Amino acid sequence: METLITLLVGVLVSTATYLLLSKNLIRIVLGTAILSHAVHLLLMTMGGLKGGSVPILDDGTETYTDALPQALILTAIVIGFAVTAFFLVLVYRTYQSVGTDNLNEMRGSKDE
Amino acid sequence: MSFLHLLIVFPIFAVAIIPIIAKAVPRLHLGWAILAVPIFLFISFITFVPQISANETIAAAISWIPALDLHFAVYLDGLSLIFALLITGVGSLVVFYSIYYLSKERESLPHFYSYLMLFMGAMLGVVLTDNLMVLYLFWELTSVSSFLLIAFWYRRRKSQYGAQKSFLITVGGGIAMLMGFIMLQVMSGTTSIQEIISMRNSIQDHELFIPALVLILLGAFTKSAQFPFHIWLPDAMEAPTPVSAYLHSATMVKAGLFLVARFTPVFGGEATWFWLVSGVGIFTMFWGALFAMKQKDLKALLAYSTISQLGLIMSLFGLGSAALNGGADTDSVVYTTAIFVGLFHLVNHSTFKGALFMIVGIIDHGVGTRDIRKLGGLITLMPITFTLAVISSFSMAGMPPFNGFLSKEMFFTATLTATELSIFNMDTLGVVFPGLALIGSIFTFTYSTILVFRTFTGNYQREKLEKEPHEASIGLLISPIILCSLVVLLFFFPNQLSRFLLAPAMNGILPSYAGAEDFIPHIYAWHGFNTELFMTLGVVAGGFLLFKKYNLWKEVYDLFPSRISLDNGYRQILSISESTSNRFTNFYMTGFLRHYLFYIYAFLITVVGGTLFITGSFVLNTANDAPIGIYEALLVIIMGSAAVSILFTKSRMTATLLNGVLGYCIAIFFVLFRAPDLALTQLVVETVTTVLFLLCFYHLPEWSKEDRNLKVRIPKIIISASTGALTVLIALSVQGNRLFESISSYFEESYELAGGRNIVNTILGDFRALDTMLEVVVLFIAGIGVYTLIKVKAQDGGDSDERK
Repeated sequence: METLITLLVGVLVSTATYLLLSKNLIRIVLGTAILSHAVHLLLMTMGGLKGGSVPILDDGTETYTDALPQALILTAIVIGFAVTAFFLVLVYRTYQSVGTDNLNEMRGSKDE
Repeated sequence: MSFLHLLIVFPIFAVAIIPIIAKAVPRLHLGWAILAVPIFLFISFITFVPQISANETIAAAISWIPALDLHFAVYLDGLSLIFALLITGVGSLVVFYSIYYLSKERESLPHFYSYLMLFMGAMLGVVLTDNLMVLYLFWELTSVSSFLLIAFWYRRRKSQYGAQKSFLITVGGGIAMLMGFIMLQVMSGTTSIQEIISMRNSIQDHELFIPALVLILLGAFTKSAQFPFHIWLPDAMEAPTPVSAYLHSATMVKAGLFLVARFTPVFGGEATWFWLVSGVGIFTMFWGALFAMKQKDLKALLAYSTISQLGLIMSLFGLGSAALNGGADTDSVVYTTAIFVGLFHLVNHSTFKGALFMIVGIIDHGVGTRDIRKLGGLITLMPITFTLAVISSFSMAGMPPFNGFLSKEMFFTATLTATELSIFNMDTLGVVFPGLALIGSIFTFTYSTILVFRTFTGNYQREKLEKEPHEASIGLLISPIILCSLVVLLFFFPNQLSRFLLAPAMNGILPSYAGAEDFIPHIYAWHGFNTELFMTLGVVAGGFLLFKKYNLWKEVYDLFPSRISLDNGYRQILSISESTSNRFTNFYMTGFLRHYLFYIYAFLITVVGGTLFITGSFVLNTANDAPIGIYEALLVIIMGSAAVSILFTKSRMTATLLNGVLGYCIAIFFVLFRAPDLALTQLVVETVTTVLFLLCFYHLPEWSKEDRNLKVRIPKIIISASTGALTVLIALSVQGNRLFESISSYFEESYELAGGRNIVNTILGDFRALDTMLEVVVLFIAGIGVYTLIKVKAQDGGDSDERK
């Protein structure tokens, strides 16, 4: 299971990197969003999968899954969301003032 | 911390209180307060004279970084003492002179005196330290303070140029010197100069010996403005005249001479050392004198004359080093005279050249120009200045009854003696030395007379002068008067100087000769009709003829093509290195974000992937894997195909929705992997993100097509595929290598520790509450950012102002 998910992470990272290398701003933002998906999955996998029950204390349960990665991911999701939102607005504003969403065309502009 | 340490750092600490004094007593000329520092230092160093002249040395050390053999070690012997006295003595006179030279109202005196004190401390450090690395540190500090002082009038373009030039050349030489020092340390295993001197015989055959020698000489030659590095000194004359008198004639440029003298016991006797030091020196003497005659600006004339005189002393140190070839014996003691004369002339030069610079400063101050073509006939208007100029320039020309005469005569003796050397091919090539010495001295005589007679006699041209000429105030005159009286005094009592200062210094430079007979020559003003005297007469006759027929001689300079000068060469090198580095930077700083990401990823892949490969740390261990269920397998397939499809979609809408698919699939994964909180959060966040994307699309155009050509796509594919592969490899290796136990079981006590049953929640809200708070801060900042970007629009006018 872990190996399979890790391979999936690899596919996601490749996709994200490819998008990051684009010249279109929206593609780049999309790339960062996918990269954070990949990282969340990776963190989850690192803690070991399905090692026990839901990490909510219960008298009847013996083992729980690793709660620490979950806490980390929760933080990461929120931060990732904030960053994506900020990026999107940045793209919007850039387009408003420069008039293009193409990085190649922005090169050499006086605001660079 | 010994008294010597305190003396070195005293001027540097004085820098700290300069602004306080300037604030507290604004009506006082800052120079009066500062004057106490060099005078105190001078008196302190004078107290060492009896001890040092009894051939004692003083050493002390403070441990700094013992692991690197770095100690702030000080060592005072005769050689250091001469320099220390020059630095503080001339320093006192220069500070005093500057009080009258620099206007309190117009100049930024706190800066000036801070730089000057910084220089003084650094220079004392150079001559007093015994540790190679500390020496280097102070050495570069003198370059820095010289840079600051040359650029004191920093708004002038020429000051900037001169400061940069001197800095580049002297620091470049300093770095070469550092390499030489490191080689010395490698050879000897110590950084103490005195220890290296005592190990001379054991390191002489080392293969690094000659490279170290050459590199250290590079440092000395650049600092002491030896050919072909002399070009920085004339441009350094943009500094205020007190600085030129102090740094660029009396002290800093002599640091190179100090270095040569200090390392003579290590390298002396080596043919490379002999030829480099004496050859470069004598040629510099000739070259500097030749060009000094050509100058129209009095300060430029003095600059070239300083170059020439430094070359003279350098050549003497080189000739004298021959005495160390093959050990000390009574036959070779005669060659040590050269070093003695070098030291003697070093002192003499500081007296008359310091005075000359001050005199030129007085003329500049009083008349408003330093151009020889505009000056003339000032003798009746400035009689005292004229007298001082005569004393100092004729000392420079080597005329009696001034100290320059004695050292000039002995210089001739030394070059004549050197031709009798039977080593280093001197029996055939040696004649070059007296020859060049004679020619150089004729030129020296000529420019000295030009300096005096073109300025003070001839036609008085009032209309060409900016100010009404008048005799300088007594304050300006006192310092040159003191120096000129030394010029005369040293002529009559040279052997007193020799006994108290020169002799101990000789012992420092040539320790193996200490105590030998005739090691310290007696200085006579008159030694009968010998070759030296006839040479002097020849100098006077030749020099006078040259002065009279100068208009004919001028043609000689046309022989030097103006386009192929060293200065042009320097400018060429500078502009070529600028354009090359520009081109190189523009080559990789393309302005494309994609290219920068390429560099980052390529670096990451090479370094991390390379390490993984070289160390062979990759492990694949599937033993502990959980079994794959049907849901998971399905989800993996869906996500994988969604991810790949994003790359091929034509429409941004599809791409966003596919991203949404990824997000929701991850939410389902969270459910399957027993993480309900994550699943809930992920669902909400993913929904909002998708909405945000769609909202953004409303304002943005449909996305443009990416470049389809393979030249762009193939590197992208390679980089992204290998990044993905690297991630997988690292992740699998991490899972395969459990180096330590998980700390997670600690949090399973959450009910006892934090009073909560949901472990994830207690981690976020209790164990790591501070992190969560900061996370909220991040959200808040992002929110502010979003708000400002949308709402706050720059005013059109204000915006364009900012861009200027």
